[in-house]
Amino acid sequence: MAETLEYAPKTRLSQAGADRYIVEKEIETEYMTLNMGPQHPATHGVLRVELVTDGEVVVKATPYMGYLHRCFEKHAEALDYQQVIPYTDRMDYLSAMCTEHAYVMAIEKLLNIEVPRRIEFMRVIVVELQRIASHQVAIATYGLDIGAFTPFLHIMRDREHILTLLEWLCGARMLYNYIWVGGVSHNFPPKFKQRVAEFVKYYRPKVDEMMALLTENKLFIERTRGVGVLPADVAINYGCSGPMLRGSGVKWDLRKNDPYSIYPELEFDAVVPDGKLSIIGDSLSRHLVRCYEIYESLKIIEQCIDKMPEDPNFDPHAAVPKRIKPPAGEVYARGENPRGEVGFYVISDGKGTKPFRCKARSGCFVNLSVLPELAKGNLISDVVAILGSVDIVLGEVDR
Amino acid sequence: MPSLLDAKLSGGAIVTKVEDLLNWSRLSSLWPMSFGLACCAIEMMATNASNYDLERFGIFPRSSPRQSDLMIVAGTVTFKMAERVKRLYDQMSEPRYVLSMGSCANCGGPYWEHGYHVVKGVDRIIPVDVYVPGCPPRPEALIGGLMKIQELIREERLGLTRQEALKKIAAKTAPAEEVIIAAHPFNANVKPAETKTEKKETEEAVA
Amino acid sequence: MPKLSPEAIHAIVKEEFGSDAISDLDNSRTMPNFTVLDHSLWQPIAYFLRTDERLKFDYLACLSGVDYNDGTLGVVYNLESLAAHQHKIAVKLKCTKENNRVPSVAEIWRTAEWHEREAYDLIGIVFEGNPDLRRILCPEDWEGHPLRKDYKVQEYYHGIKVPY
Repeated sequence: MAETLEYAPKTRLSQAGADRYIVEKEIETEYMTLNMGPQHPATHGVLRVELVTDGEVVVKATPYMGYLHRCFEKHAEALDYQQVIPYTDRMDYLSAMCTEHAYVMAIEKLLNIEVPRRIEFMRVIVVELQRIASHQVAIATYGLDIGAFTPFLHIMRDREHILTLLEWLCGARMLYNYIWVGGVSHNFPPKFKQRVAEFVKYYRPKVDEMMALLTENKLFIERTRGVGVLPADVAINYGCSGPMLRGSGVKWDLRKNDPYSIYPELEFDAVVPDGKLSIIGDSLSRHLVRCYEIYESLKIIEQCIDKMPEDPNFDPHAAVPKRIKPPAGEVYARGENPRGEVGFYVISDGKGTKPFRCKARSGCFVNLSVLPELAKGNLISDVVAILGSVDIVLGEVDR
Repeated sequence: MPSLLDAKLSGGAIVTKVEDLLNWSRLSSLWPMSFGLACCAIEMMATNASNYDLERFGIFPRSSPRQSDLMIVAGTVTFKMAERVKRLYDQMSEPRYVLSMGSCANCGGPYWEHGYHVVKGVDRIIPVDVYVPGCPPRPEALIGGLMKIQELIREERLGLTRQEALKKIAAKTAPAEEVIIAAHPFNANVKPAETKTEKKETEEAVA
Repeated sequence: MPKLSPEAIHAIVKEEFGSDAISDLDNSRTMPNFTVLDHSLWQPIAYFLRTDERLKFDYLACLSGVDYNDGTLGVVYNLESLAAHQHKIAVKLKCTKENNRVPSVAEIWRTAEWHEREAYDLIGIVFEGNPDLRRILCPEDWEGHPLRKDYKVQEYYHGIKVPY
């Protein structure tokens, strides 16, 4: 049962609404249309937002996307099941492993195959490492948007450690093609587990440092607290997921609520804000959820390292099917990405080695659709704070 | 062509050409436009950040095209974005340089065949000076590309066109196949192609 | 409130709207689903699915347009009761290429608005009642719907060559 916490009433300008604000000022103003993007340092890529403003207050915000539409679904129909995996990497390029995992789960469900237990542990370790790296970028760029440059440098320094680990594992820094249908591309190298354990030990105090540097900064709190409050029922109706939904106080995490892989065996929490520092549902809450999720991921990695079965002669390709030709059918499989639910709706016609249709449901695309609601009635400068807290990756929005 | 630092010192004064001084000052403070399109933008960000620290080359990203003299096209250019890229390029003031980062900007990358909405190479829209391959290129590769831009600036002279300067640099660089064959351990037994006339001459001299 | 099985969900909807409105349940292993046969009843059914105490499907996880390559197009809705029961069901809706109109559910699940725009853009299904049915990913003046199986890419777009 998902718990729904009470959310505080909207604050600041969003409570009053733009219209009332104008009446109170008693100044005749006229609306101005302001174009933000597609080349803008704070839109995290190539998003364009058309803002209708009244003075400094946003009356209407309309996002336009598609500037990075790379035809993922067309590629999925034209290529073999395995060949689609590199394109899923490039969808959400900050969390390539997680998207791969969701896609591979969909195909495995279609084929109805079991994956060796050790593979599941390996997958969860890399997915959680990736989740940390992804949240790091989200937090770092959020600080950058607000005007905090120093945390960015600290966080990117630690992110390089994760990228080095993953590069050692499979040879790529960002886009891995690591998780295969029925297996993974490479076994863990010798001493990889020890190195990951060392990283966890090293990184935990650094998260505290990051929190002290950015989250507890008074200016940062002033800029984000009470800005862009998203009530829980609106969030659900708009289909929000991930930190966006949890930031609104809904304890919903696919790893807990619709468990997959070996997550049911692991102990961790679905993080929701407690409402002490932030107002539930505001930008600061979403940021806090990301920060605390890093701790949860570190916990998961530690447990996986302890529980992972040892096998010196392990072949990561043992369960990989030689030819992927699933029977006719359709499936919707999903996983918890750092940016929300990513799902793949795959239809197989049973005839070929290519998907008949592969639709990718991305978390960012849906989370972004709530932006007009959030931005309305806020100041122009707060739009940057809201957009940063939604944490979009345009590759996933446009696919 | 000697750079400023190679110039002779005499009596505590540096003697150099005005052109060299101008080129040196321009190449030591390249300001790229922080213009991220896709995956490569994240690697560009990592290059700017603490581990790779582009600022030691005097390279610091600017948000406005009007302040910048280098455009790093980092990522996939789509048809919807193409006009914007062209407009941003037009807004930059001369002399301006374009670095195409990653396979997508070079030639369409993995999207070349079925990507109906992807421009197959940014050079169909704007002229490109340096191409950096990779998907995405490592930060080291991007730094290499930026140093090529610096080399290009160093070569520039009054009356020398950009194309001629680029040709000059290309003549200085070893052909790609030689570099790859020499470095690759699987090709240890393969002799480099017979383009290396100089080496032959030296071998003969030794003999 | 209990978590319902796909059969129970199907039975509730059938009881409310009669057996002509919806097809039999396709209780497949990977994705149990049923098809809405009567288009005019789809909006009432969707509202019923969202508001009925036993069902409470408040979360539209995914909306996909499909070209079945036999002259029919389809829309697939993956629904879930997030805040109440956590059960899942998939609902399908089919139309022909000539008569490619289906009712919109953007008023019932707000998330459907953008998903429907995407299905309109890529597959070419017109959702009647969508407040803002424009192309979302491709440019406004793009020709054709790219995910149709018979799609041919245009040669030039604004003077730039499209194929490699």
